[in-house]
Amino acid sequence: MRLELRGITKRFGSLVANDAIDLVVEPGEIHALLGENGAGKSTLMNVLYGFYDPDAGQILIDDKVVDFDGPGDAMAAGIGMVHQHFMLIPVFTVAENVVLGHEPTGVAGVIDVAKARAQVKEISDRFGFHIDPDALIEDLPVGAQQRVEIIKALSRRAEVLILDEPTAVLTPQETDELIAIMRQLKEAGTSIVFITHKLREVRAVADQITVIRRGAVVGTVAPTTSERELASMMVGRSVELGVVKDAATPGEVSFSVRDLTVIDAAGVRQVDGVTFDVARGEIFAIAGVQGNGQTELTETILGLTRPTSGSITLDGEELVGRSVKEVLRAGVGYVPEDRSTDGLVSAFSVAENLILDRYDQEPFARGLALDPVRVRSSAVERAQEFDVRTGSVDDLASTLSGGNQQKVVLAREMSRPLRLLLASQPTRGLDVGSIEFVHRRIVAERDVGTPVLIVSTELDEVLGLADRIAVMYRGRIIGTVDAHTHRDVLGLMMAGVPHDEAVAQAAAHQTVLGQADRAVETSSEEDA
Amino acid sequence: MTAGKVSYRAPIAYAAIGLLSLIGFGLIPPSGRHTTFAISTPKDLFTIEPFTVPSKSTAIVFSLVALALAALAFWAARKRIRLGVWLPSVFGLCVLLAFLTWSAADKANSMPVTGLLQGSLFLAVPLVFGSLAGVLCEHSGIIDIAIEGQLLAGAFLAAVVATMSHNPYAGLIAAPIAGALVGLLLVLFAVKYRVDQIIVGVVLNVLVVGVTSYLFSTVLTAHRETWNTPPKLPVLEIPFLSRIPVLGPVLFRQTIIVYLMFAVVIVLQVMLFRSRWGLRMRAVGEHPKAADTVGIKVNRTRLRNTVLGGAIAGLGGAFFTVAAGLAFGKEMTGGKGFIALAAMILGRWSPKGALLAALLFGFADNLQVVLGIIGTPVPSQLMLMTPYLATIFAVAGLVGRNRPPASEGIPYVK
Amino acid sequence: MPGVTPDPQSARLEDPAAETVAPGRGAQLLREITTGNAMISVLAVVAALFLGAVLIGAADPKVQNAATYLFARPGDFGSALWGAVSNAYSALFQGAVYDFDAQTFARAIRPLTETMTMSVPLIFAGLGLAIGFRAGLFNIGAQGQIILGAIFGGYIGFAWHLPIGLHLLLALIGAMLGGAIWASIAGVLKARTGAHEVIVTIMLNNIALYLVAYLLSLKAFQRPGSVNPISPFIDKNAELPLLLGSGFRLHAGFLLALVAAVGVWWLMSRSTLGFTFRAVGANPHAARTAGMSVERTYIWVMGIAGALAGLGGAAQVLGTERVLTGGVAASFGFDAITVALLGRSKPLGTVLAGLLFGALRAGGFAMQARTGTPIDVVLVVQSLIVLLIAAPPLVRSIFRLPDPARAALTGARA
Repeated sequence: MRLELRGITKRFGSLVANDAIDLVVEPGEIHALLGENGAGKSTLMNVLYGFYDPDAGQILIDDKVVDFDGPGDAMAAGIGMVHQHFMLIPVFTVAENVVLGHEPTGVAGVIDVAKARAQVKEISDRFGFHIDPDALIEDLPVGAQQRVEIIKALSRRAEVLILDEPTAVLTPQETDELIAIMRQLKEAGTSIVFITHKLREVRAVADQITVIRRGAVVGTVAPTTSERELASMMVGRSVELGVVKDAATPGEVSFSVRDLTVIDAAGVRQVDGVTFDVARGEIFAIAGVQGNGQTELTETILGLTRPTSGSITLDGEELVGRSVKEVLRAGVGYVPEDRSTDGLVSAFSVAENLILDRYDQEPFARGLALDPVRVRSSAVERAQEFDVRTGSVDDLASTLSGGNQQKVVLAREMSRPLRLLLASQPTRGLDVGSIEFVHRRIVAERDVGTPVLIVSTELDEVLGLADRIAVMYRGRIIGTVDAHTHRDVLGLMMAGVPHDEAVAQAAAHQTVLGQADRAVETSSEEDA
Repeated sequence: MTAGKVSYRAPIAYAAIGLLSLIGFGLIPPSGRHTTFAISTPKDLFTIEPFTVPSKSTAIVFSLVALALAALAFWAARKRIRLGVWLPSVFGLCVLLAFLTWSAADKANSMPVTGLLQGSLFLAVPLVFGSLAGVLCEHSGIIDIAIEGQLLAGAFLAAVVATMSHNPYAGLIAAPIAGALVGLLLVLFAVKYRVDQIIVGVVLNVLVVGVTSYLFSTVLTAHRETWNTPPKLPVLEIPFLSRIPVLGPVLFRQTIIVYLMFAVVIVLQVMLFRSRWGLRMRAVGEHPKAADTVGIKVNRTRLRNTVLGGAIAGLGGAFFTVAAGLAFGKEMTGGKGFIALAAMILGRWSPKGALLAALLFGFADNLQVVLGIIGTPVPSQLMLMTPYLATIFAVAGLVGRNRPPASEGIPYVK
Repeated sequence: MPGVTPDPQSARLEDPAAETVAPGRGAQLLREITTGNAMISVLAVVAALFLGAVLIGAADPKVQNAATYLFARPGDFGSALWGAVSNAYSALFQGAVYDFDAQTFARAIRPLTETMTMSVPLIFAGLGLAIGFRAGLFNIGAQGQIILGAIFGGYIGFAWHLPIGLHLLLALIGAMLGGAIWASIAGVLKARTGAHEVIVTIMLNNIALYLVAYLLSLKAFQRPGSVNPISPFIDKNAELPLLLGSGFRLHAGFLLALVAAVGVWWLMSRSTLGFTFRAVGANPHAARTAGMSVERTYIWVMGIAGALAGLGGAAQVLGTERVLTGGVAASFGFDAITVALLGRSKPLGTVLAGLLFGALRAGGFAMQARTGTPIDVVLVVQSLIVLLIAAPPLVRSIFRLPDPARAALTGARA
């Protein structure tokens, strides 16, 4: 099946998300759509999937113009999509999710469960997925959920499969498996549109790469194009691929976690005997696949969750048992992993968001009364210092871009003397410019001697930012390693393989991404 | 042990209630009194004679059994064993029997067990239909606070149509139309205008009260004979079955609306969890975007099911007029819609659960009537509070974890 | 996207293009007037009154009669309709604002003072609910909180005998406490167990109703020598002083309500406590992450809301009625929901909406007495007002007004 997009334009209010985009996907081709966060990749694919109506432009399948009145039509035309945020219903079984929308039914519309199960089993076996049709989605790990999504698309006989940022939640080894699946599909004649902002992956797997910037196509290139070149196409200027920082000069240990265990209401050990130290002036990163206890760990440090046992000390003071307010007052700066849910009140102004955790303190309040003049003047200063681009500090936080929202959170958390900076996924969903800004700020905070604890699922970020790395798996720290550890080793540790074994396995089998790493290292050595 | 904190909230509540029962119904009342329970009705196949028990000792025995169950609950919580619904059910039954024994002690009238159950089922009818409406709406993602209005609208139209046509069955057919109309307004404002669903529900209730009361005070009162003297639905006795003692009069000596109720519960229970229609509806209520991405029209699904829910509640409204054989009166549903809402929550969003919860409320309601007749020591106002108190206990989690459909109340926007 | 409703709070969030466009000043002003919230509110009231008129016409015997020969003599129908509607609405106006037929000026403005009197409990309870709405709590329980306020305030008022000033003060504090305790039950349960406040407050309303009925059956609450469910008169020292002498019912509660509105304004927009309320309402997760206690906030919000509603009960029992009865709260608690919604949860808006609904209530009684149009039509008008205000696109399409977002875009092109 040949797919063509002609002059697709999509506007949201005054924002032009897609500006006259042309794209051709040949049969049996893996076509990468590369662009940074907010470039308009997902919007384009949602147009193709019939989810959004384009304001202009045409979709052609095998040179015939088609018109999709919803995803149902797109699926009928042979287009399948695996969304970045999985479109699975957590309380349904795998089989129910797979057949939803095209259910095999018997008498009076009662679902033929056996048939549904067989459908799942057939595809699962064909690709070696090992998926139990009767498992509830909420009980499956993310990797398995992704495979359910692929089964879902294939069960509808998709000839073009759109994968939206499929590697965001995977370890390098899982990414390898996914790449193998993609090649297998390609062999079977399925075309794949692979959406990503990660340069290495596209070069490893794509036949063609189309780069998008600010809603418009910059160009279509071959996968032999260098990473540096792709990066500058994507961002529109030359960019540093790594984080620029000096070697750390760690001081004494000032933040310690000892034997921390958190058992949730359902009786699951979310955090299991975690111990680590962070010294002044170092960035300590916790890597791991999403959902291995990192969220619970940070929430416990902040005081949102009570640990079952263990201790957390900052400069010798015990933090366990203190309220969130007391922990913040003790000098902890906290950047939550989900800024729109936990970091900001989107219906509040920028100024109000900047005092969200200090609204009841001098100089913003006297007794019960707020001082709106001081709140505002302080906000103007902060916004300037942190380069928050907003018309006025009275604008609602919801009107800001993701990058500027994150700057507001940083400005709030870093504008008081800190004794610990704790940042979760500090650059998730940001554009490259904002990522650079956030990383610079974090390094600067380290350089004034603050201990910094970063939690990130993004291996690139961990490798670029950290001075030391701990890997978390199923609530436990599986090992603590230095910042020069190879990507493949970290990837295996993220899948639960202990360090020594991981080193051995990684030497025996290099992943595609790991090879790319080595290549970069050699080339930069040659440069030097 | 890989386990967090053990919650003793439920066992403590059981123990407290059991103790109160033991002291209040067993230990404090004077001894030497007797309680009589009547079982049979005249038409039964064979007669079970009324029997009399010593009040004090019987109440003590039932209370002790309840306390033993409380102890069992403690043990189970400690060992992290789930005991299922039978424990609260049997526990409740024991405390109830202790209470009944105490309240009917040394009264001239015996405690009419069969009559009590028969009336309970009857009074549960609007609650069942109402909570089924809630189940349908909420599984498709719409919060239905307007059950009260749907019941009232159904009651009104049933009365008017039955009077005009001199046929109670015509009223029964008309009632769902009125309820569906209210459902349509609800879903229209919720989906098209994205107004907060709780607000729409609350306001629709007021609107229906206003319209029906206004028409009642004007047209219906002025020409009562032509508009508001609905004939009553006849009792349809199922041959033979209706003559089984206790079960017969309760289950098989009812009007068609009761049989319809059982049919609707069974059909919905099966279809909701096993059919394409049910799967799609629940998908829309849990994760509308996921449903949309597989080609299910989210808002159309919500519209259809909310209207259908409204129709079911409307049918329940017919209970107040044509089934009970009463003329329509201002605000005659008297908050039953809200109790239906509570029954839906207590029944954990399943038709089966809604039926059981509604039966429980119906029982509490009828008990108060029966106790009034035999003359209990408890003031009627306090008895009338019990369903509401029970609901508060239920939603406060004594009954266990509640999990509503994940996306209820949230308008779907692409 | 047709039919998209920006909710009132996020109206500023609308199309950013709207801000960047700078058409002629006059045109812009005109557009703001025709698309603004105030205009929508006024038009909603107009549309609701029109629909009310349809109902009035439909139930009028003369109109019905004229309708039978509508095509023969349409003029008859028109004049009958006009007569019925204009009679009803002019009676409504004369009963709510100014009575043209009155002999003296004092009697002529008496309806206005009645409107003000009626608005007192609506404003108090409406303010309480408004605080809850902004903190994300859908408190339906003003009815019960008014009743508890009336019970506490009333009991202190008639049972105690204290010096002037102190007695009233204590009665008012007692009423606040009563309402606050009742509301806090819902707050505490929400904070501790996550029980949904809508369900709990609905149940508490019903319990309060039976509670007051029960209390009034006790000797301690009844008049000496009487068994009627009515309390003794409030002690003179505990009465809210009359503002315009004994010829009018308007009492100091009205001034208190205005003071309370100013207090609520300060609380919500100028105090740290209000900042927490708003933050918790807009995003409880972010509020918690920023160190606020969401649970404590729920309890505070419900406590303050209950205290305000309790004052509404005090105004009834210590000011307007001067005696405690089972019907002391009338339907003020339910009407207050619509008042708070109409006032968009802002203090000034709530006061104005309270006055409007007070006028509809006061005028409704006059209308019923003079023209025989049942007061129930007022309920219809009230609920329609709220429904329409919640759905601005509907109002715009009824009156064929431009959509502000679209207007801005077309302005940009022009």
